[in-house]
Amino acid sequence: MANTLTTPTSGASEGYVNRRSKEMLDRFRGTRGKRQKMAEHLLEASQYQLMLVKFRKHLLANISFWVLLVMYIMATFADFFAPYGVVTRFSDLVYATPATIHIMDEQGNFHLPFIYDRVSKLNETTYTYSFVEDTSQRFSIQFFVHGEPYQLLGFIPMDIHLFGTAAKGPVFLMGADNLGRDVFSRIVFGARVSLFIGLGGVMISFFLGILLGGISGFFGGTVDLLIQRLIEFIISVPQIPLWMGLSAAIPINWNGIQKFLAITLILSLVGWTGLARVVRGKIISLREEDYVTAARISSASDMAIIFRHLLPGFTSYLIVSITISIPGMILGETTLSFLGLGITAPNVSWGALLQQAQDVTVLGHYPWLLYPCAAIILAVVLFNFLGDGLRDAADPYSR
Amino acid sequence: MLKFIVRRVLILIPLLVMVSIVAFVIIQLPPGNYVDNLIQNLELQGGSVNAAQKAALERQYGLNQPVLVQYFIWIGKIVLHGDFGNSFKYGRPVADLLGERIPRTIAISLAAMVVTWIVAIPIGILSALKRYTVWDYFFTFLSFLGLSIPAFLLALVLLFAVFTSTGYMTTGLFSPQYQDAPWSIAKFLDLMHNVWLPLVVLSVTGSAGLIRVLRASLLDELKKQYVTTARAKGLPEWKVILEYPIRIAINPIISTIGWMLPALVGGELVVSKVLNLPTVGPMMLDAVISQDMYLAGGFVLILCSLTIIGTLISDILLAWADPRIRLE
Repeated sequence: MANTLTTPTSGASEGYVNRRSKEMLDRFRGTRGKRQKMAEHLLEASQYQLMLVKFRKHLLANISFWVLLVMYIMATFADFFAPYGVVTRFSDLVYATPATIHIMDEQGNFHLPFIYDRVSKLNETTYTYSFVEDTSQRFSIQFFVHGEPYQLLGFIPMDIHLFGTAAKGPVFLMGADNLGRDVFSRIVFGARVSLFIGLGGVMISFFLGILLGGISGFFGGTVDLLIQRLIEFIISVPQIPLWMGLSAAIPINWNGIQKFLAITLILSLVGWTGLARVVRGKIISLREEDYVTAARISSASDMAIIFRHLLPGFTSYLIVSITISIPGMILGETTLSFLGLGITAPNVSWGALLQQAQDVTVLGHYPWLLYPCAAIILAVVLFNFLGDGLRDAADPYSR
Repeated sequence: MLKFIVRRVLILIPLLVMVSIVAFVIIQLPPGNYVDNLIQNLELQGGSVNAAQKAALERQYGLNQPVLVQYFIWIGKIVLHGDFGNSFKYGRPVADLLGERIPRTIAISLAAMVVTWIVAIPIGILSALKRYTVWDYFFTFLSFLGLSIPAFLLALVLLFAVFTSTGYMTTGLFSPQYQDAPWSIAKFLDLMHNVWLPLVVLSVTGSAGLIRVLRASLLDELKKQYVTTARAKGLPEWKVILEYPIRIAINPIISTIGWMLPALVGGELVVSKVLNLPTVGPMMLDAVISQDMYLAGGFVLILCSLTIIGTLISDILLAWADPRIRLE
């Protein structure tokens, strides 16, 4: 397993491990006792423990990891984190502006954070309706309020939301859309599709990539040639027309989950090539090692050699290339849904939400419809930073 | 060199065959065939078709044959007569529609590529020469951001920004008064007035990648001994840099055509939808949504084939520019 890489087998590699531990120790701050412990720990640390130590030093990647974790938790428990349901409509508050949160009222008295009630008013000069704050009505923002009932994770009945106000004055953190639905809540719900499609798509690509890349690298010869040509073909063909063509085959009457799976499949059918190349390259460099010959002599099957002996040798590289390919999947789903070929109403995803923002004149009047953009860019940038940090951590020769 | 070209061209043939198979599969994927659609259209207009007429129609279009035969009929018509079938949404031959839209998409993609070079080459060189300075960090950050923003988002945001600051809508390629006018300087200026936005949007992603590649390869070259030799011989610094390392570091510009071209063509499809350009994007999207599959398949076939041929040309150019590749 991973120990094959770090267990000292010759003088040179032992020296190398010691040097690595010392380098890391130099950067470790702490009391003498702690340093001593750390030194012992690092000496016998496995490849993964060394990776972890290095990764913890990469501040940006660490922050990205935790923020992403929070985003995934929010997406999983969207019912709890979103103040309102995904299709809950407030028909008086169509295109309501994002709420202004006050802590001081008209008389200058301080309160806990609250919002004013809003009423639609006709502007006498431009003859358009706009929302004005009605300072006579105050709604304080409370945490863990009882609101719309829902089923947490689909089976636990609950009605507690993270935050909200008394039923009459909804708090729209990011405004409302054309049907008076809360944009913030819809972004939280949309994260379910947009974030998990990245994971799902990567899992399928991972499977295809390891299988085809492994076969290609291990057996070589004609199979290798064929798979290499296939990969070259997929890389040299523009993805978006292929995605568009393939998504035309998704029946219109499929439900949200079926569409989700179909899109995941389409994205990963095109996306496995990068991983397959990594796997092939690594296997070619490892298959001539002595321990592989030893395994072959003890009549281990080909599959056992690939999966038990070769793959563990470069799992860290796989983790890195998986992390790097997630943003591509997220962008792919977003693009397809934005074009109307992916997730469609009543289901939401970040791309589907942006469909409303396609029209520039609408956007000119209601710019808060662009908020899903922020969510997309945030997720993609965080994944890029995370991948960068993991790459540095996995590379034993990086500074 | 000739041998190299012949070998590359021979590899091209199976790739093109594969593209045609993929396009055919895409045409076949949605439920129902061309005749079903035709009949549905007729029935919507109040007509009716009996079983015998349907069978006759299917025979006429070769739909009663096995799938493999259908494929050969389809590709045979394309190769021999340039007949891509009919688009039933527009009621016109697909070939006409392709001829109208594809050249515009190609032109915009190629122009975006040139813009990418103009932007990326100086920045990449600057980043490498002034490594670890404010400029380097600034451009590294920008290129990170550029890689993270999908083209359609950038188009949307820029369109919105231009609209709110100037009130001018940069959609379409021409203003209405120049739509059908013959070419003139005024029409050209009008085109420039509209076309800069898609070009900027399309070149951002490519530039971001290219800057990173260029910076890394120039940094590698600068460390080599011939640079030290040139300096030791007293060449002025600009000549040292321009004459030797840049000539080698610039190779990736040719080799990256291979991955830039597919990305550009794909990006153009999405951006043209947002900016409402009269190119392939909006029409192909329409075709896919209304399952006008001969049109959609035709677009897939032509776009993919052209991209592959473009990649081939870049391979040959690279071999011409860098003899080390020819020998492999």
